Amino acid sequence: MSPRTATTRRTRASVLDDRPMQPLATSRNGAASERVEVRKTYKLYIGGAFPRTESGRSYEVFDARGRLLANASRGTRKDIREAVRAARKALPGWAAKTAYNRSQILYRIAELMEGRREQFVAEVAAAQGVSRRRATREVDAAIDRWVWYAGWADKFSQVIGSVNPVNGPYFNFSVPEPTGVVGVIAPEESSLLGLVSRLAPVIVSGNTAVVVASETRPLPVVTLTEVLATSDVPGGVVNVVTGLRREIVPALAAHMDVNALDAFGVAPSEAAAVEDAGVENVKRLVRPPSGGLQRYDWLADAAQSPYLIGQFVETKTVWHPIGA
Amino acid sequence: MTMTKKPETRPAPASWGLAAGAHVPWEYASAPESTDHVQIKPEYGLFIGNEFAPSKPKRTFEVINPATEEVLARVARASAKDVDRAVTVARGAYHNTWSKLPGSERAKYLYRIARIIQERSREFAVVETLNSGKPIKESRDVDVPLAAAHFFYYAGWADKLDYAFPNRQPRSLGVAAQIIPWNFPLMMLAWKIAPALACGNTVVLKPASTTPLTAYLFADVVRQAELPPGVVNIITGPGEIGMELVRHPEVNKVAFTGSTAVGKMIARAVAGSDKKLTLELGGKAANIVFDDAPIDQAIEGIINGIYFNQGEVCCAGSRLFVQESVYEPLLDKLKARLSTLRVGDPLDKNTDVGAINSAGQLAKVQELVESGIEEGAEIFQPDCQLPDRGFFFRPTLFTGVSQSHRIAQEEIFGPVLSVLTFRTPEEAIEKANNTPYGLSAGVWTEKGSRIFKMVAAMRAGVVWANTFNRFDPTSPFGGYKESGYGREGGLHGLAAYVRLDA
Repeated sequence: MSPRTATTRRTRASVLDDRPMQPLATSRNGAASERVEVRKTYKLYIGGAFPRTESGRSYEVFDARGRLLANASRGTRKDIREAVRAARKALPGWAAKTAYNRSQILYRIAELMEGRREQFVAEVAAAQGVSRRRATREVDAAIDRWVWYAGWADKFSQVIGSVNPVNGPYFNFSVPEPTGVVGVIAPEESSLLGLVSRLAPVIVSGNTAVVVASETRPLPVVTLTEVLATSDVPGGVVNVVTGLRREIVPALAAHMDVNALDAFGVAPSEAAAVEDAGVENVKRLVRPPSGGLQRYDWLADAAQSPYLIGQFVETKTVWHPIGA
Repeated sequence: MTMTKKPETRPAPASWGLAAGAHVPWEYASAPESTDHVQIKPEYGLFIGNEFAPSKPKRTFEVINPATEEVLARVARASAKDVDRAVTVARGAYHNTWSKLPGSERAKYLYRIARIIQERSREFAVVETLNSGKPIKESRDVDVPLAAAHFFYYAGWADKLDYAFPNRQPRSLGVAAQIIPWNFPLMMLAWKIAPALACGNTVVLKPASTTPLTAYLFADVVRQAELPPGVVNIITGPGEIGMELVRHPEVNKVAFTGSTAVGKMIARAVAGSDKKLTLELGGKAANIVFDDAPIDQAIEGIINGIYFNQGEVCCAGSRLFVQESVYEPLLDKLKARLSTLRVGDPLDKNTDVGAINSAGQLAKVQELVESGIEEGAEIFQPDCQLPDRGFFFRPTLFTGVSQSHRIAQEEIFGPVLSVLTFRTPEEAIEKANNTPYGLSAGVWTEKGSRIFKMVAAMRAGVVWANTFNRFDPTSPFGGYKESGYGREGGLHGLAAYVRLDA
C-alpha cells in the first residue's frame, strides 16, 4: 500500500482541522464573478448503473500535494456482492458475443476515451502528481492498450488453442473459454494505465469483471466507467467499487461466486491473505510481483501480452471419434 | 501353461431375458496373467540421489494387494528430515547438472525412459495390478502404454520450448514437488515427471501411500536410463509428509492430483509464496445421452465411463443424464450390460472390474451407497459373485436419483452410477453444470450442431462427445471450478513447469 494511504484514512474532522475552507484542487480559482463550477459526484459503477454505495459513506481523495480532490464512495462488502451479482448476470451474454463483436466494443472504448483525452490527462496528473507530459503519455498508452487488446479478441484463441494429434481415430481440439467472473484489484499507484492494462485482457476473452479501484487515486477510473457506460460495453461486464481496500478486497477475494482474481495490484504484504481467502472455491489467482509495483513500468511493452489473456481463460479439450 | 478345467455355469441374471431358471450358457475359464517375471522386493527404502536408503529414523509401513489383502512389501516412511534431504539433493542436481544440460540432451534421457517402460511393460502392468487392484487388461492396455507415451511426447518438447512460448524465453523453475493419487499410480507419475524434466526441473515425487510399488519400479528405470543422481527422487509416507514437501522453502513448484479437500489444504500452504501451483482435483462428471444417440455405443460409453478402473477415476461419468424419451429402453440395455461385467481377480485377463484400492475407500463407497438407499434412490446391482477376500464392490446403478441426493453431488470414486433424466437440452445443461466440480463431461447424440451446443455449454475441462474416458499425452487435461487449475498434457501442460519472462 502506498504511503499516501495514511492520509486518506484521516477522518473528515482532522482534515478540516488541517485545511479549513480549502477549495477543491480541481476548482478554477478566480474572481467572484467567474462561474461556479458544477462538480461531479464520484459514484460506484454496478450493472451499468451508477449507484451510491449502500453504506452512504464517502472518503476524501487528495491530489499528490495533499489538496482535496473530491469525496469518493466508500464501498462495502454489500456493494461487492451486488457487483459480483451483476457480473455473473452479464457473463452469459458477454461470453456469447462473437469475438468480432467484442473486438469492436473494446475498440469503441478507445474511441470514446480519445474524445475525453484532456479530461483523463488532467485527472491522472492531479491524482499521481505527475507532469502533464507524463500524464499524457500514460493516457495515450491506456487508449492504445484498448486498441491493442481489441485486436486480440478474435486472435488469441488461435494462439492459445490447439488441435491435438492424439494416438487414435479421434478429432481432438483445445479451445480457451472465459473463466467467468474475475476480480481485478487495481494497482494502487498507476491510476488509469495500471487498471486498463489489467482489465482489458480480462474482459477481451468474455469474462466479466469486478474491479476494486485504487484507494488513493480512484477518480480517473470512475471517469473510465462513464466511458464504459456509453461505449456499447453491456452493463455488468465491468463493475467498479471504490473504497478502503482493507474493507473490500477481502470480501472480493473470499467471494464464492468469483472464479478468478487478478491480485497483481495487491501489495506483497497483503498477498498471502488475499490468496488464502480465495482457496475455498479454488480461485485462479495471479499474484503480485514479489518486489511490488513501485518500479513496474506500465508503459513498457511487457505490460501488455496475450499471455495475460491466457491467465483468465479455461482450456476446454473436446474429443470426438472419427468414423463413417 | 496350466490346464484350465471347464468352469461351472451359474443361473443367468433375469435381465438377460433368458427363460426362467436358465443358466448362463457358457462361462469364461480363468486366465490369470503370469507373475513369474516380476520381483517385488520385501522392502523399499526412499529413492534419493539414485540410491535406495532407509528413512531416518528407520520406519516402514506395509503395502498390500487390495485383491487379496496380502502384504506385498514394506516401504520406508519418510520423516521431515528425509523430505529435507530429498529436496536438498534435488536442488543440488538442479543447479549442478540438470538445468545446465541442453534441452536436446534432456530429451534423450526422457526418450530412454519411454523406451525402458515399453521394454518392461508387462512387469509394470503386473505390479500395477497387484498393488492397485485394477484389472490387468487396463494396466496392460491403458496405464502402462500411456505412461510410456507421455515420456515419449514430452521428450520431444525438451529442446523446443522456445516454440511453445514465443517471445517469452521459457526457463525452468527449479525443484518440483509432486504428489499423486492411487488410482493411476504409474500414469500419474508419468504425467507429473515427464513435463517437469522436459522443462529442466528436478523432481521430488510422493506416490500415494497405498500404491508406491510402480513408482519404486520406475526408480529402477531411472537407474537403467542413467539419469544424473538427484534429478528424480521418490519418497513415501502419509499425507503429512506430502504437506512437509509442499511447505519446504526450497521447493519452487507444487503439482498435486487428488481430492479437492486436500487440494485446498495445499493451496493454503503455498499462499503468499512464489511457488507455482497446479491442482487436478475431484469431479462429478455428467454423461448426457440424447434420444438420437447411437444407443449401443452410448451403453459402452456409459459402462466405460463409470466402471473403468472401478470408477476410481476423477473424470468418471458418475452422473448419467438420459433424455426421458429413451429412458426405459436405455436402462434395460444398461442393466443387461452391467450384468455381463466380470468382477474379480484383477490379474485375470477377462476381468472388467477389479478390487477397490483400499479398505478405507471401500468403506467410503459403501457409506455413500447406503446414503443413496436412505435418501430414496433405487439401487440395482448385478447378481455376480465377489471373491471371499479383498476389497470388492458390485458395480452399482441408482435410478430415481434427484439433484439433491448425496450420490448426485459428492464424488464417490467407486463403481456407482447415478441415473437422472431430462427433457430438453437446456435442462440437461442446467443439471449437468449444477456442481462445484468441472473436470469432464460426456455428450451422446448423432446431431452435430447439438454436440457443439452441448460441448460449449459444459463447464468442464474435457468433453467427450460420443466417446468417454479417452486420454492422450497430446491432449490437455484438467478442470474448471473446484476441479482445479492448470492442464496436464499437450503444449498446455508445459506451462505448469516453466517461468515465463518478458
